[in-house]
Amino acid sequence: MNALPYVAILRARFALMLQYRAAAFAGFVTQCWWGVIKIMVFAAFYAASPHQTMSLAQAITYTWLGQGLLGLLPWNADPEISEAVETGNVAYERLRPVDTHSLWLARAIAARAGTTVLRVVPMFVAAAMLLPAVGLAQWSWRLPPSTTAAALFAVSITLTLLLSAAFVVLLNIGVTALKTRRAANVAAVLVNPLSGMIVPLALMPAWSQTFLFWQPFAGLVDIPYRIYFANLTGASAFAGIAAQTLWIVLFIAIGRAWMNRVMSRVDMQGS
Amino acid sequence: MAQITVENLGKIYRVAARDPGIAGAFRGLFRRRYREIVALDHVSFSLEKGELLGFIGPNGAGKSTTIKILSGILRPTSGRCEVGGLVPWQSRIAHVARIGVVFGQRTQLWWDLPIAESFDLLRDIYRVDPKRYALTRDRLVDMLKIAGVLDTPMRQLSLGQRMRCEIAAALLHTPSILFLDEPTIGLDAVSKLALRDFVKELNRNEGVTVLLTTHDMHDIEALARRVIIIGNGRVLRDSSFESMRAEVLGERRLIVDYAGDDGAVAVDGASVRAQDGRTVEYAFDPAKVAAHTLIARVATAREVADIRVEDPKIEEVIARFYALHGAA
Repeated sequence: MNALPYVAILRARFALMLQYRAAAFAGFVTQCWWGVIKIMVFAAFYAASPHQTMSLAQAITYTWLGQGLLGLLPWNADPEISEAVETGNVAYERLRPVDTHSLWLARAIAARAGTTVLRVVPMFVAAAMLLPAVGLAQWSWRLPPSTTAAALFAVSITLTLLLSAAFVVLLNIGVTALKTRRAANVAAVLVNPLSGMIVPLALMPAWSQTFLFWQPFAGLVDIPYRIYFANLTGASAFAGIAAQTLWIVLFIAIGRAWMNRVMSRVDMQGS
Repeated sequence: MAQITVENLGKIYRVAARDPGIAGAFRGLFRRRYREIVALDHVSFSLEKGELLGFIGPNGAGKSTTIKILSGILRPTSGRCEVGGLVPWQSRIAHVARIGVVFGQRTQLWWDLPIAESFDLLRDIYRVDPKRYALTRDRLVDMLKIAGVLDTPMRQLSLGQRMRCEIAAALLHTPSILFLDEPTIGLDAVSKLALRDFVKELNRNEGVTVLLTTHDMHDIEALARRVIIIGNGRVLRDSSFESMRAEVLGERRLIVDYAGDDGAVAVDGASVRAQDGRTVEYAFDPAKVAAHTLIARVATAREVADIRVEDPKIEEVIARFYALHGAA
């Protein structure tokens, strides 16, 4: 398969996302605010029960990472595709001589990456550089403890991008199948608690850990972040990367089969 | 062999129906009723390479559904259809790479990208060789006169500019077939004329097969030698435009501007259809009385300022045709 069309779409959309500076700035301010609140909650929590599988310093880095990489989370279907579904235009996507699933995946990767790049840089400057500079190093975003951790994180966060995009495509197809963008509302309900964005999964009860580790959404936040500060190392880090890979493959396989079914049923009467 | 073959194509849409009122909505929660709408009913026709075919019919007749099936984005409920040897909805990717499609009420350009970037993106999506692409693009930009808007995002273009860019976009990969679904809708007179000229030239000089649907009878009159009239999902008529006009309306019109106000207007062999001051419109049957005989009669009876012979207006032809087949 020649990837040129998909790369072209990805490039164009990525460039487009970089133009939304005002939205990125507003997002940055909100995320700083939420970061501060979350860190205060953690400080209170750790003061009451200090012995956790993750240290307070790790939880703080976890929070800043999460605020910086919030754009990677698949909270919603592609807004343009949702719009096309509701106006009946979605079948026109089929006029392009490309594989629709790969096309939507490329769009989703570009959207997630574009949103994230704009937000993670100022967040890193603020939380990892400015905070220590003003004597608040204790509350700052720390760098990975080793180059191994950094390298594994680079792999894992790339998989996060793919996993998130593959899930967005599933949401797109769900929206197409049910003909309403509200079909994608299920995403936030699943993603927020199960990714570890609200509470780090490592702080959940011990009996739930195996399930939480292997369910698909851990790969969005929990796994890459714990690899970052070497809370997951060696075999556990590789297990995490394996879990991410497994779910990417499954999401894409399910998406492709579902897409074929849904697209053969799409009707556009009168439009 | 024909480039496009359509045999007994049928399409039935299933539409959710609901009884009126709260009670009806409540019943719908438990038992959903569907109504079936027959959009196409045994539609058959074929098209040779290089033909220019016009599709006309009232709203809801099935024109757009036919184009959507031919372009591979809809599946028919029944029947067979091949375009250049491929079944559109089965070999979708190979098929859409060979056709160009313009839907007058849709856009295939990217809303927030400058036109030139949209074009470049289409080059990559259609995997067009960059050298060939540059040639095609420059030629299209020149023919459609869109050089001035290439750096403008699509959302800022006027409808006329946008439609010209849409047509260029549909032709960048040099398809051998072009589907135009109501391409002139909403355009001003100048843009319409320019568009018709372009399509005619494309068909004549480059041998591109064109299938066009429209409400605008002038599009058909200006462009299509062959016309399919479709109504209630059925092909009512498939013939040359001229023969259709001749069959439905054998009569012609003689319009006379008299020089003075006085005197009778009645002429032997023609009936008065309308009179507006000194201008009188006659209807006559050319099979019974020749135009020049009639003109001679008029001219000898009274002083005449101007005189001309016209065909009935195309709208009249079509309206009579619908009435004849109960398709209106």
